[in-house]
Amino acid sequence: MVSAPLIAIEDLTVDFANGPHVSRAVDGIALQLAPAEALGIVGESGSGKSVTWLAALGLLPGKAAVRGSVRLDGRELVGAPPRELEAVRGKRIAMIFQDPSSCLNPVHRIGWQLGEALRLHRGLDRRAADAEALRLLDQVGIADARRRLGDYPHQLSGGLNQRVMIAMALAGQPDLLVADEPTTALDATIQAQILDLLRAVRRDTGMAMVLISHDLGVVAENVDRVAVMYAGRLVEEAPGQELFARPRHPYTQGLLAALPELTGRRRRLAAIPGTVPEPGSLPAGCRFAPRCPAADHRCAIEAPPIQSVAVHHRTNCHRQIEPGFSVWSLPKAAE
Amino acid sequence: MLLFAASRLFRALLTILFVMTFAFFVLRASGDPALLILSVDAPPEALAAFRKAWGLDQPIWQQYLAYIGHALTGDFGKSMRDGRPAIDLVMERVPATLAITLPALALKLGIGIPAGIYAALHRNTFADRMTMALSVAGFTMPSFVLALLLVLIFSVTLGWLPASGNDSPVNAILPIITLGTAGAAIMARFTRSAMQEVLGQPFVRAASAKGLSWRRVISHHALPNAAIPTVTIIGFMVGSLVAGAVVVESVFAWPGIGRLLVSAVANRDLAVVQALLMVIAFWMVMANLAVDLAYGWLDPRVRSARAGGH
Repeated sequence: MVSAPLIAIEDLTVDFANGPHVSRAVDGIALQLAPAEALGIVGESGSGKSVTWLAALGLLPGKAAVRGSVRLDGRELVGAPPRELEAVRGKRIAMIFQDPSSCLNPVHRIGWQLGEALRLHRGLDRRAADAEALRLLDQVGIADARRRLGDYPHQLSGGLNQRVMIAMALAGQPDLLVADEPTTALDATIQAQILDLLRAVRRDTGMAMVLISHDLGVVAENVDRVAVMYAGRLVEEAPGQELFARPRHPYTQGLLAALPELTGRRRRLAAIPGTVPEPGSLPAGCRFAPRCPAADHRCAIEAPPIQSVAVHHRTNCHRQIEPGFSVWSLPKAAE
Repeated sequence: MLLFAASRLFRALLTILFVMTFAFFVLRASGDPALLILSVDAPPEALAAFRKAWGLDQPIWQQYLAYIGHALTGDFGKSMRDGRPAIDLVMERVPATLAITLPALALKLGIGIPAGIYAALHRNTFADRMTMALSVAGFTMPSFVLALLLVLIFSVTLGWLPASGNDSPVNAILPIITLGTAGAAIMARFTRSAMQEVLGQPFVRAASAKGLSWRRVISHHALPNAAIPTVTIIGFMVGSLVAGAVVVESVFAWPGIGRLLVSAVANRDLAVVQALLMVIAFWMVMANLAVDLAYGWLDPRVRSARAGGH
């Protein structure tokens, strides 16, 4: 990250109020993203990976309290007036979601929904918007685009709807696309097509991308850098190659150990014992300590700070695990 | 679509026939009009003559076939009280009923829908809780209680409005308010829950993420979807325009369909009751048909399901 960051998140915290209970969904996240960079965010559901970006765009419901800072080209987004946020959404930062078919409005035609974004962000009149909508559908690889403009979302498959969502995201010519589990609800073959499309679109437009996924495999091939989240905290961040070759955080190591290998000997897949803590009852120290084979008494009481362990490689672990050593080979882990 | 409309129409006619048949047999099984109209002390010859005159001495299935046969030619029988065609007696009461039920419908929709939307958009605030508390009070109070309460306040105590009759348009005010209150309350609750359901849908968040103003997200994305379930309850209200004011008309002595129904049933005026039920059923069935068509108009998914598409 030599150039000025496109977006800089500092100490972002999100609390959800549930009556008298407050649960912390995101706890002091710090992240930066350079222009045109692709960042993957990996974590289990409930780790705060989606909430981080919904909070950045002010898309969380009123019961969510967002603190900290999210700067887009130096302009603060947290607490910004609605009008400013509306100017950012879709125009500077576009977002696509997990279930494309329920993200499109069922009572409006595809062409209408695309046209709405084009009129809003590009000030196009009806005719120009129609022509541009056609071009966008073409760009995202939808055959017979003219007919599709007159279709309703329920007449399209999930994969086609996700292509429409991507076209709609492109309508504002954004600098950043946040793709929140864009392929989770789709078949495996469609999933690969959508990821290919995202790659192609990025190559053509030069926009940055945040790819949120619970699937390390999806992230591995599509991003420059990976951030791993666990229970609301960032636990490790490194360039993709580095992270997959030399994971330093026990949680990351566990995730990688749980992946099947295509080459090499067949082995029993390792599962991380235990479950993710509920946001309402988080452990005091390291969030991962109760499930970590390397945890000691310090991990249980003191939250580890995030620190650099190599160039562009940060992790938050007290145990300073050496590269190449996996905590999951400890005798305690084999129990 | 055409097939759909035709099958719906067929079902509608079947429903009306069912109502006519049911009314015919129940009325004849539940009491002898001759005794009621001529009184129990009437001489047996008079009773026999009355029964013969109205065909009540025939076997019941013959009476039924004759009734259906005449109905098909538009003859719904005559009132046993004054000998006028029953259908005329009914139709001349319709305007009076509509004069209070139509404004009441406007009140239900005009107050209920905005209140429900407001409550959904300000969920769990004081205003939402107040709206919903008022709504519960509105639809749990029986209409005759509300009617008497309004009479007590506005007629007896304040003396502003007449308590009954239909001498002037002012007489309609209390019946309209009575009818409108419960409906507005139901409409508000229904609209609120429909709206809340829609606001939780992913496409609402996606519309916001697109950069649309909240106002446009509500008006162009949430409302058209929330309208779909509310059509059911609106159709129900439209269906009760003709027969929904029986109690209120009785309390306020309003000369509409409702009061005719009460007196015709009490008098065992068979043809009039049957004509009433037929008109009421016809109107309800038509309202249901309109709801079905409105669904297709509002919801493209319903439309393509009916067109036999996917």
